[in-house]
Amino acid sequence: MKRKFITFGRVVRTGMVNFVRNAWLAIAAMAIMVVTLTIILFSIITNATFNNTVYQITSKIDVSIYLKDTVDSNQTNNLIKEIKALPNTQSLVYLSKTQALEKYKQQNAGNTQLLQAINETDNPLPATIRVKPRDLNKINDLKTFLQQPKIQSLQSDQPSYSGDRKAAIDKITHATNILREAGVVAVLVFALISVLIIFNTIQMAIFNRRDELTIMRLLGATTWYIRGPFVVETVIYGVLSAVASILIANALFVTASSSLQASSLGLLDISYSQTYFEKHYWILLAMQLTLGILIGAASSVIATRRYLKFKTPKK
Amino acid sequence: MILLDRVTKTYNKNLGSALERITLHVEPKEFVIVVGQSGAGKTTLLRLLTREERPTSGKIIVGGIDYDKLHDRDIPLLRRKIGVVFQDFKLLPNRTVFENVAFALEIVGVSTKEINHTVPRVLDIVNLKGKEKNMPMELSGGERQRVAIARAIVRQPKILIADEPTGNLDPKHAWDVIKVLEKINRYGTTVLLTTHNQEIVNKLKRRVVTIKNGKIASDHANSGYSSHNHEA
Repeated sequence: MKRKFITFGRVVRTGMVNFVRNAWLAIAAMAIMVVTLTIILFSIITNATFNNTVYQITSKIDVSIYLKDTVDSNQTNNLIKEIKALPNTQSLVYLSKTQALEKYKQQNAGNTQLLQAINETDNPLPATIRVKPRDLNKINDLKTFLQQPKIQSLQSDQPSYSGDRKAAIDKITHATNILREAGVVAVLVFALISVLIIFNTIQMAIFNRRDELTIMRLLGATTWYIRGPFVVETVIYGVLSAVASILIANALFVTASSSLQASSLGLLDISYSQTYFEKHYWILLAMQLTLGILIGAASSVIATRRYLKFKTPKK
Repeated sequence: MILLDRVTKTYNKNLGSALERITLHVEPKEFVIVVGQSGAGKTTLLRLLTREERPTSGKIIVGGIDYDKLHDRDIPLLRRKIGVVFQDFKLLPNRTVFENVAFALEIVGVSTKEINHTVPRVLDIVNLKGKEKNMPMELSGGERQRVAIARAIVRQPKILIADEPTGNLDPKHAWDVIKVLEKINRYGTTVLLTTHNQEIVNKLKRRVVTIKNGKIASDHANSGYSSHNHEA
């Protein structure tokens, strides 16, 4: 046990010494790793921002069903029950004629002329059932339901589907999906490049020390005693790169918030991105560290494998 | 301690075998000299013992370890039991004498305190006291060879294998190295020494195994080399 502890200490120390000695070689490997991790970080933040935007817009969408004044409360309750039973109904609000009028007055509180006109007439607004669908893409189910003659006879007007907004939402969802896929591809490509570059860095380090490795082998060093320092070295790359990528994101948000007062670039709500980043700071850092360490460790394990095989072909 | 049973090693079928049906038995604490010309198969024999090579056929048992049953991951454990002095020293050029010897202990997890205690004593055995801080480049061939021996014995192996340790040395230095090996053998270590230096063989008066064209040509206790050189 004690020996294992001593050995572990030596492996870590050797790795750190090698990291310092290989500093110049390490910079190239770390630079590409920083780029990779930063891209990953930004694709996560952008993804969260787009999701938020889509959510914000879709949550405002509902279907309004206008009821005839002749419909009694029994019929209304039955209709509400039936709509609630539909699989695509997330929630439902019923506004009576009076409530609908109150709401209308609130919405137009500034328009005195309009309010006056309404007060002078009978309540012109129909009772309304507002349905919030679970999935906007399946809104046709609701449509078919409402078009049944029996149900249609209860309605004073065609239901409003926020139709134009739906088209806009489809476009946004489509765009975000494309961006998400592009993000995944970019992340994979850069992750691969950084693995290859770290791989090369470690192979060069191994090449420089191949005599030492041979001697270690002949003196009975275990595979992990030889490999350990290389893994430690690349794990250091990973940790430093992860921290760097978080600092870069931090610096960018600071600049963005001071220079972009509007803080919104079309679909990309930068102020939300910033809030998301700040709120998940530690989780994101932990994730970046994990990724950096994994990429580093994996590349050095692969790079050392070839050199650590025992040259004992099977007879 | 060392047992080879009809061991054959063939690198390339067209060139014939490097070793052919070698059978050799070495008792514990024995001092055995393996002689033979370059290319006779001496180094192959040693590489089989350190498991750098596998035999094409035949059985090898060293210190109770049957090589047929040895997993690759256990090779380090085997090598820790055998001290090897390489023909080309295999010292680390950018480390001092002390560090080179300490290296053998470091890789097996010996504490720094123990290393600081053991290494000077071993350097004393090989008469290198005062050279601890020298780099290998600053030493003579004989001194370097003795550093290699110190490194091989610092873990107190039961078996010491020395491959032509006197190969590049003048007679005086060569004899210094041999005396160190005899000293180690007196402490109870089995020594397997390869050489093609007749003078050493004659002077040592130990068991001599002669290898010729990959076969054991003779095996004589307490004998000289030249008088048994008549086998064809």
